[in-house]
Amino acid sequence: MSGNVEHKSDDVNHDAKEASSADQTSMTTSGSGSYILLFFLLGLALSMVAGWVVFPKLLYTQKKQPLDFNHKLHLKEVDSDCASCHFFREDGTFSGVPALEQCLDCHYEKLGESVEETLFVEQYVDKGRQVPWLVYSRQPDCVFFSHSAHIYGANLECRTCHGDIGHSESLKPYEENRITGYSKNIWGSNIAGLKQATWDRMKMDDCAQCHETAGIHDSSVQTGRDACFVCHK
Amino acid sequence: MKLSRRCFLSFVVGGAAGTALSPLPWKLTDDLSIWSQNWSWTPVPPDGEYTQVNSTCTLCPGGCGIGIRKAGKRAVKIEGLAGHPVNDGGVCLLGLSGLQLLYGPARVKTPLKRTGKRGGGQWQAISWKQAIKEVTEKLKELRKKNQPQSLASIGPNGSGTVSALISRFMKAYGSSNDMKMASKLDSDEQALFLTQGIQNGMVGADVENADFILSFGCAVLDGYGSPVRMFRANSRWKENSATLIQIEPRQSNTAAKADQWLPINPGGEADLALAMANIIIKENLYNSSFVSDNCDGLNSFVQMLYENYMPEDAARRIGIDVQTIIDLAHRFATAARPLAINGYGKGQNPSNLKETLAIHALNALVGNIGKKGGITGLSAYDYIRWPKVVTDTVAAAGLKESRLDGAGTNAFPHAKSLPNRFFDKLSAGNTSIQALLVAEANPCYSMPDTAKIKRVFDSIPFIVSFSSFMDETAMMADLILPNHTFLERYEDVPVKAGLTAPIVGLCRPAVEPQWDTLDLGDALIRIAQSIGGSVGAAFPWKNYKTCLKQTLADQWKDLEKKGYWMPSQSLQADADSKNKAGGKSGRYVLMDGTLETIYMAQDAPLEGDSRSYSMLLMPYDTIRITSLQIGAPPFVMKTVPDTVLKGQDGFIEINKKEATEMGFKQGQAVIVTTPIGEARVRVHLSSGLAPGVIAMPRGLGHTAYDDYLAGKGVNINQLIGPVEDPASGLDTALGIRAKLAKA
Repeated sequence: MSGNVEHKSDDVNHDAKEASSADQTSMTTSGSGSYILLFFLLGLALSMVAGWVVFPKLLYTQKKQPLDFNHKLHLKEVDSDCASCHFFREDGTFSGVPALEQCLDCHYEKLGESVEETLFVEQYVDKGRQVPWLVYSRQPDCVFFSHSAHIYGANLECRTCHGDIGHSESLKPYEENRITGYSKNIWGSNIAGLKQATWDRMKMDDCAQCHETAGIHDSSVQTGRDACFVCHK
Repeated sequence: MKLSRRCFLSFVVGGAAGTALSPLPWKLTDDLSIWSQNWSWTPVPPDGEYTQVNSTCTLCPGGCGIGIRKAGKRAVKIEGLAGHPVNDGGVCLLGLSGLQLLYGPARVKTPLKRTGKRGGGQWQAISWKQAIKEVTEKLKELRKKNQPQSLASIGPNGSGTVSALISRFMKAYGSSNDMKMASKLDSDEQALFLTQGIQNGMVGADVENADFILSFGCAVLDGYGSPVRMFRANSRWKENSATLIQIEPRQSNTAAKADQWLPINPGGEADLALAMANIIIKENLYNSSFVSDNCDGLNSFVQMLYENYMPEDAARRIGIDVQTIIDLAHRFATAARPLAINGYGKGQNPSNLKETLAIHALNALVGNIGKKGGITGLSAYDYIRWPKVVTDTVAAAGLKESRLDGAGTNAFPHAKSLPNRFFDKLSAGNTSIQALLVAEANPCYSMPDTAKIKRVFDSIPFIVSFSSFMDETAMMADLILPNHTFLERYEDVPVKAGLTAPIVGLCRPAVEPQWDTLDLGDALIRIAQSIGGSVGAAFPWKNYKTCLKQTLADQWKDLEKKGYWMPSQSLQADADSKNKAGGKSGRYVLMDGTLETIYMAQDAPLEGDSRSYSMLLMPYDTIRITSLQIGAPPFVMKTVPDTVLKGQDGFIEINKKEATEMGFKQGQAVIVTTPIGEARVRVHLSSGLAPGVIAMPRGLGHTAYDDYLAGKGVNINQLIGPVEDPASGLDTALGIRAKLAKA
């Protein structure tokens, strides 16, 4: 390669030689050119695999719920659907995941002989311990979310955000993001962040998208606009 | 194939391109940003049902209604209760920070027994059963030796059941050495008896409705009386264009915000009030119909004023010109609703009786006793009606022994308790006290000459503290029987802090006890019952809550519902009738034999001679630092400016010009020396202080509590000693002589 440069420099002055040296470096012999392309593609392919396949696997760790709760079974037994256990309190706040006290309304004694029921009664009811449920939809503490505004105000259904969990017979494993500690359900199972159903993701953009579509532009009490203060007080 | 540098670079470029086309960088950026918002040490409020418990704050004598917000079982916020007659929604800095007392590290978490040297901080955790047993055994032993009078107690100066239970215990046990911490309320109470014949009463001041307020050193904006109420009153004065005159040697926050600041020489309050009275009478500006109808002793009062308090002489002593006094007297006497209020700083220390009487006399002269915008003498709370204590022979003999402090004797007939004299006696070598109970008081920190107080504590063989916190006094105890904090217990809170009507608040548990603590009332009941005999019989209740419920009887339900109870006039009438028996009620005594002695007496001199100590050191109060038995929580300490406390160093205020002459620069370290002790502080150059006066805040320099409070600044009580007011026996030291030198 240095030969080429010297050859050309015969006809040009000293300055021109320096200026053109950059052009000359890009000229390659045909043999090494294909190798370079090959390595480029190799790097591209490996990093794509790492980013799309390996990274998502490494990012999440699977955790088992303390009990395998059967939503479908419970839904059959109760009168007011989801609100039987996930209810609004008198002051309008939402109870969220039931505390042991609510379970005790029915499970003050063992109901049936299933393994999970035995585990529940022995480990939690008898000991008076709260069940440390892993909540798929837990949001960071900086987010203020009012269930009341969405259920009563906007007439949304539970499944719009939470999907069909109410009809599940078993709790799926809780996939915890090793970096943030939040559930995989927040970002969604598609690592690219693509979604099909409304409940596939629970990121800020998803909240914003729905607010945008519904034309809500005045939901912040402080600012009267639909911006940061709606959720980040 | 040869792997060239180009191949490698190409691989890297391909890798970078591939990475950019994968979700990795974008997802990673998002995750890292969330990770950075969730450090493990970032406090996250608990989740749970939101509830609110309404209660009464007991951190100061103010008696504010508070609402404690809870999430699940944890208290998360304290707010002022809207509609409450004391504070109507307002809350002060300390009340707001109360949760840090509940959850903070200074709590005593279980009964403790001292193992190492006294004050060494070595403790052994013991059970409540053992703790009660140890106290009982010791107390039984003293009674067996026929020495019940060798037990003393130091408790809060309250009118509620807690204070009453301690007194009842002392009585049943057989000791009259039942000390209560002294405050402005003691001097007010004595003045009220001497002028209006009301016994154990309290002075209410209708500050809200006054339009010309003469504040004799009261820290209106720094925690005087019921602090939140005073803040609101101040706002009201601004709205109504009322005038606030602040009479105080130092330019405090109140002075800075007042309509006029009158810097007088320290201790000149009585002189100023009496010189004003002189002018008001001489110029016939007083309310003649009120004075002739209701006041006794005007002639002798006038004579005394003309002989001793001529404006010219007074002006010289006070350090302001005579015309200012004359103008002030004119403005005060001609205002629609003038009001003079007394009590230096927050009123946590007693005032000189002469000064208290003089200021009250100003109010009487303009006729605003018992009127809108005036002061009212209120009878004592009278709802605690327990059966009389039946004493056995041991107790009866013990009670015949006189109190160590001399309260109630001929020398101090109107005093109920004189803790300063109690400690003076013990310090002078009296060894009659063998056991001491301390509850809701921190004398080893808050009484003057702390070194002396600690020496006294060291000489008492057996000390029991009921403190919720590891404070300076608890550190000196042999046993600590930790009380619940105010957020974990029931208590009745009869408010005495200058309100115009009696009100009893209910303090009730907002959360479960966080540690193995026991209500002070329950501990006393258990100790009494385990001593047994007539002592146990005086405490027939199952527990403190039962005692409280029975005591409040018909009012309990209302109290539980509303959170407070305003005793009706008829209920107070009983108490009033007792006073009428004294023959003075309804009248105001300007002058009689007793008052004359007080007015004519020389002021007790300041400690230290003026040649070796050329300056005068005065304490000052600020709402940003607590100074009684409650140590300031971290939120409160964060508000202290760095001209008062910087790092661990406390500051002393000094006149700017004088400091420059002495060669001191702002922030320079100096040694302040008084006849009592010395300390290293930094100087803060101030224009709001007369030359010759230096000032330090109360409430710094704790040696106990936690790392957030201990070791910050200097406790001014290390530097000042008590000065006994000859008229009342109370310690009314306004400061001490001092000198400064470069450190």
